[in-house]
Amino acid sequence: MTTFAADTVTVFSRELRPVLRNPASIVFSMVQPLFFLALFAPLLPDTPDGSSALQWFVPGIVVMSCLFGTSMTGSNLLFEMQTGSHERMLVTPLRRPALLVGRALKEIVPMFAQAALIVAVCVPFGFEVHLGGALLGLAVLAAFCVGLGALSYTLALASKNQEWLFWTVQQTLLFPLLLLAGMLLPVEGGPGWLQTAARFNPLTYVVDAERALFNGEVAAATTVTGALAAVAVGALGLAVGVRAMRRSA
Amino acid sequence: MIETHELTRHFKDVRAVDGIDLRVAEGELVALLGPNGAGKSTTLRMLTTLIPPTSGTARVAGFDVTRQQRQVRQHIGYIGQGNGAAHSQRGRDELISQGRAYGLTVRAARARAAELIDSLGLGEVADRTVSTLSGGQRRRLDIAMGLIHAPRLLFLDEPSTGLDPQNRANLQEHIVALRREHGTTILLTTHYLDEADSLAERVIVVDHGRIVADDTPDRLKAVHAGDRVVLTLATGADADRAAALSARVPAATVTRGGRTLHIAVPGAPALVPGLLADLRADGVTVAAVEVSRPTLDDVFLNLTGRSLREGAPVAADLDLVGA
Ligand SMILES: Nc1ncnc2c1ncn2[C@@H]1O[C@H](COP(=O)(O)OP(=O)(O)OP(=O)(O)O)[C@@H](O)[C@H]1O
Ligand SMILES: [Mg+2]
Repeated sequence: MTTFAADTVTVFSRELRPVLRNPASIVFSMVQPLFFLALFAPLLPDTPDGSSALQWFVPGIVVMSCLFGTSMTGSNLLFEMQTGSHERMLVTPLRRPALLVGRALKEIVPMFAQAALIVAVCVPFGFEVHLGGALLGLAVLAAFCVGLGALSYTLALASKNQEWLFWTVQQTLLFPLLLLAGMLLPVEGGPGWLQTAARFNPLTYVVDAERALFNGEVAAATTVTGALAAVAVGALGLAVGVRAMRRSA
Repeated sequence: MIETHELTRHFKDVRAVDGIDLRVAEGELVALLGPNGAGKSTTLRMLTTLIPPTSGTARVAGFDVTRQQRQVRQHIGYIGQGNGAAHSQRGRDELISQGRAYGLTVRAARARAAELIDSLGLGEVADRTVSTLSGGQRRRLDIAMGLIHAPRLLFLDEPSTGLDPQNRANLQEHIVALRREHGTTILLTTHYLDEADSLAERVIVVDHGRIVADDTPDRLKAVHAGDRVVLTLATGADADRAAALSARVPAATVTRGGRTLHIAVPGAPALVPGLLADLRADGVTVAAVEVSRPTLDDVFLNLTGRSLREGAPVAADLDLVGA
């Protein structure tokens, strides 16, 4: 019989294959973040220290693009549950946890591709890349992304045949999370309650860390907090997701 | 290969499967027959470890379905009611992934996928996205996926539903060939009586989650339905005499409706020539004769009071037809 690692690789490669067969699909889920980049960023004033607003805004858009794409990923599973192909996977000897972990890990690939694309688009407009920091930032984001993907799959498993339930929950959570993380506008200037709410949003710490890392501030305290928040989301997502997958029938 | 004891599954207050004792030996080809909601799929889903039984036990391919799930999964093939291949994937990719899931090496999985694509005639569509395939092509792909690891025991849940007659015949040939060439043990459910009749040498009729009959199609028909002779006589007087005469045939049950007689009797085809000769010798004029062999639907009707044919009206009493 196979090992857990081999099972995970099998599931991971299966999930990745349609993406590799049709790489353009990576761009579809980032249409909205790209609009924000094109139509929102030009409205932002330059930062007080004189650097381009892009240095502040682009890392947020990288997280946003991960958030949009990854939070929707459960819909693929939902569809497979409806057609019967999830059942097909459940009847193979693949370990239940591998069915979840392999899928969640695959989310890292489109996330990396989208980040690269966003950065490449912004460089001509004066965005400065600090390669080491950016790569570290993506490593942190990867942990978050795996957790979010796992939660999205959990939502799909919980929604069963009610597609509306999946989309309602996903859409309802998406924008508050995004705005409260200060992704589009800084939260610091907002009222006290809003700042408090932002403090309970793990995404806030991830976004702050991405901003620091993309600007080359590797040794900052925000980096550590952000990495911890991302790993916590990753661990929580996987734990919840594995539990849901074990109960799937 | 399969052995269950009091296998039961409740969904809230629905007793989907209500204490099934089933034994299937190696190499058997068994059809589970039953009306909608009889519990066929639920039984299959328990035997394939997809859902746990509420109570009772089942051993499949030598392993316990609740305590040794992975071993059971490794040793069985299952083709469910839905589509096994994801619509966003390509057929060949899915076959290879399946092979990997069962522990085949990449090379072996590729080779096996190519072999199945060939034998199921999927060559032209295997490298297309599954969502672009026709229903019949998808069904064949499902079959290929279920066979990727050459299982010794195969479960099929309504394999031919939605297929046109030609694809259905093709599929049946495949099932028969699997059994003949590889000795695969097969348990399938079907709504098509002719399919159960021609394919399986053992038919299990399920109703309300229980087994109500379990035998060869021929014996089921003989015991639960029997042959039927319909005689139409020239006059009422002829009918009177014919009724008296045919009542003397051993084991015959005669029902009269006007000038028509319905005679239920085992082995009718062999008895009819003699009966006709006797009637003629007696001066009775027979206007028409019809011998009908029972179908599994008749068996079904007798056992459950319902017809299996989709959309068929609830049983009219056959004995009164023509009255
Ligand atoms: N997940 C479930 N939750 C609640 N009830 C269920 C569930 N699955 C099946 N049932 C019920 O259990 C009974 C048996 O269903 P099952 O699917 O086993 O029937 P079946 O014989 O396969 O029917 P069909 O010929 O229509 O496929 C039905 O009354 C069905 O409504
Ligand atoms: Mg069914």
